[in-house]
Amino acid sequence: MDLAGIFRPDTMAIIGVSLTNDTHPANVIYNKNRLRYEAKAYAVNPRGGHIRGDTLYMRLADIPEKIDLAVIAVKAELVPSVVEECISAGVKGAVIVSGGFAETGLIDLQDRLVALAREARFPFIGPNCLGVYAAPRMDTFFIPSERMVRPEKGKVTMISQSGGVVVDQMVKAAAEGVGLSTAISIGNKALIKEADLLRYFADDPGTDVITFYIEGFGKNEGREFAIAASQCTKPIIVLKSGKTAAGNKAVSSHTASMAGDYQVFASVMAQKGVVEATDEFELMAFAESLSCYPKNITGKIGIITGSGGHGALCTDACISHGLVVPVLGEDTRLALKDALSPVLRNIASYENPVDLTGSSTDDDFLAAARVLSNDPEIDCIIMLLLPYVPGITVDLGAKLGMMHQHDGKPIIAYVPHVEKYKIVVDGFSFYNIPVAHSVEDAVHMAEAMRRNKPC
Amino acid sequence: MLKKEMDDLLQSAQTYGWVMEPFAKQLFALAGMDVPRFRWARSIDEAIPFARDVGYPVVMKIVSPQVVHKSDVGGVMVGISDDADLESAFNGMSKINGFAGVIVEETVQGVELIVGATIDDQFGPVVLLGIGGTTTEIYHDVGLAMAPLCESDVEKMIRSIKAIPLLEGFRGAERVNIDLLKKLVIKFSELVMDLGDTIESIDLNPVMCSSKRCVIADARIMVKK
Repeated sequence: MDLAGIFRPDTMAIIGVSLTNDTHPANVIYNKNRLRYEAKAYAVNPRGGHIRGDTLYMRLADIPEKIDLAVIAVKAELVPSVVEECISAGVKGAVIVSGGFAETGLIDLQDRLVALAREARFPFIGPNCLGVYAAPRMDTFFIPSERMVRPEKGKVTMISQSGGVVVDQMVKAAAEGVGLSTAISIGNKALIKEADLLRYFADDPGTDVITFYIEGFGKNEGREFAIAASQCTKPIIVLKSGKTAAGNKAVSSHTASMAGDYQVFASVMAQKGVVEATDEFELMAFAESLSCYPKNITGKIGIITGSGGHGALCTDACISHGLVVPVLGEDTRLALKDALSPVLRNIASYENPVDLTGSSTDDDFLAAARVLSNDPEIDCIIMLLLPYVPGITVDLGAKLGMMHQHDGKPIIAYVPHVEKYKIVVDGFSFYNIPVAHSVEDAVHMAEAMRRNKPC
Repeated sequence: MLKKEMDDLLQSAQTYGWVMEPFAKQLFALAGMDVPRFRWARSIDEAIPFARDVGYPVVMKIVSPQVVHKSDVGGVMVGISDDADLESAFNGMSKINGFAGVIVEETVQGVELIVGATIDDQFGPVVLLGIGGTTTEIYHDVGLAMAPLCESDVEKMIRSIKAIPLLEGFRGAERVNIDLLKKLVIKFSELVMDLGDTIESIDLNPVMCSSKRCVIADARIMVKK
């Protein structure tokens, strides 16, 4: 099935728009798309009439244009007949917002819907979902436009079994400066499942990183997902819930007892190079770093800091996350000493972490980064940048960014995320350097690169 | 695909839900995996000549369709050093419920590992590898991966074992032949793919690994009911 009609539609019909209830999901969706987004939106209601001067079409067939995407927000029992209408009108796919299917025990109704869609090769997302957010083209989330937090446009696609979780992830993405391509809530995932979406976005030029929030897989669905993941060259990040639910199954073999549902999930994800996040903050850190650096590293970290304490905290965090902080070789230590300003030569520490002290300047950070970039024993640099060191200017983010364009070795920066230092963060971000909001967060970013599959 | 003899051996499990050790070992031997030399003896007269032939000390284990965990009921005896020991062990085991003879087998040495498989509802056939023996569940030092496995999958599983120094010649012990171990696990994962949904889980525990051999010292196959 071709999913392009669902994710990149030029025209959409919102079915179920009410003449009397402006907070109806269909109305919310119609209004925001009509006023704000690029895809052309048409409203459909069998009663016909007008809504704020626009025609309410009685049937899909009455719309003067060919429709790519139908957004269906009618009562559950009416959904199958609406889908039949979509199929005969040549619509390319649907988002079924309506609830009242398998999640309320109406499994037969859902099965009937799936059977008729599959027969006609008609893809749909849902039911019981928010659907697709793909600004600036379209947005089927039934959340009033003014309440949405919109991340910047970017190349991360987020897929979630929960609508609430994906909306919250958008809030966090906006706060962390993670750029979003598409956000999808898949609800009951009756027809289109995680593996189908993974295959689609693996080939989508607008997506560089794919994240999933997964509650559970149906029979053999995990296997299909794992196989799709092993064929995808883009970084994939998963966040799993329901890790502890399993309960005690009566098992009579050692293997079955040690291979619990979550252990198997976590092991297979690691086997296939999928990066599993332990919580939503880690997921965002992983998404930020892997969208900047999709290549795998072995995990040899060079730390540059203006504060000895931060360096020590960072070293501990690296070790506890399976990264190494190698001792620098004689050549590198001498090169560092040569490169730093004379005032630092006898007070800086040339071990790893490289501690440039509170007397450092922009040029010292640049010089240290350049030297570590040239050291083959280091494959990623964590830069602990404390903008209150007097010799450092607000331009340092951009300066390091520019240098990084030439040297290319991954740099992760830690800068306290407060309004005052935002210009430093923006300087890094402009050059596609991920900026962490804590030392631990910076280490998570490096860890994601180590766990990401080798490209 | 499975050989006909393998299918026949699996059929033996239909009554009890699991394949008894002698049948399971035959099945793994047919799949090209290393098992100890053994004999299923119904009487002491069958046991003694085999024990002498393979050489003392030998191991004796109960064969009973009613006993899944043999060591829990005194159904495993190792280090049997002569005919008299063999006879007294045999007499002891003949009193265990469902007695259907004993396995007499050569003593194999090495690090005790577990190689297992289960059919996971979400991920299908999954293979487990780790530190084995009767305490395997206490240490829970195992790696898991989705079958079929490639060589690098098995390498990752081996590296994920915390007690890996035991495989690398801890305190002057001989090193485990990792190549043999890898071959065994890969072969096992292929067999598991062929067995597919007919099984529920498999324990090869222990697999005795040394510098020369990786031998399946005990095996149990739980079939799907």
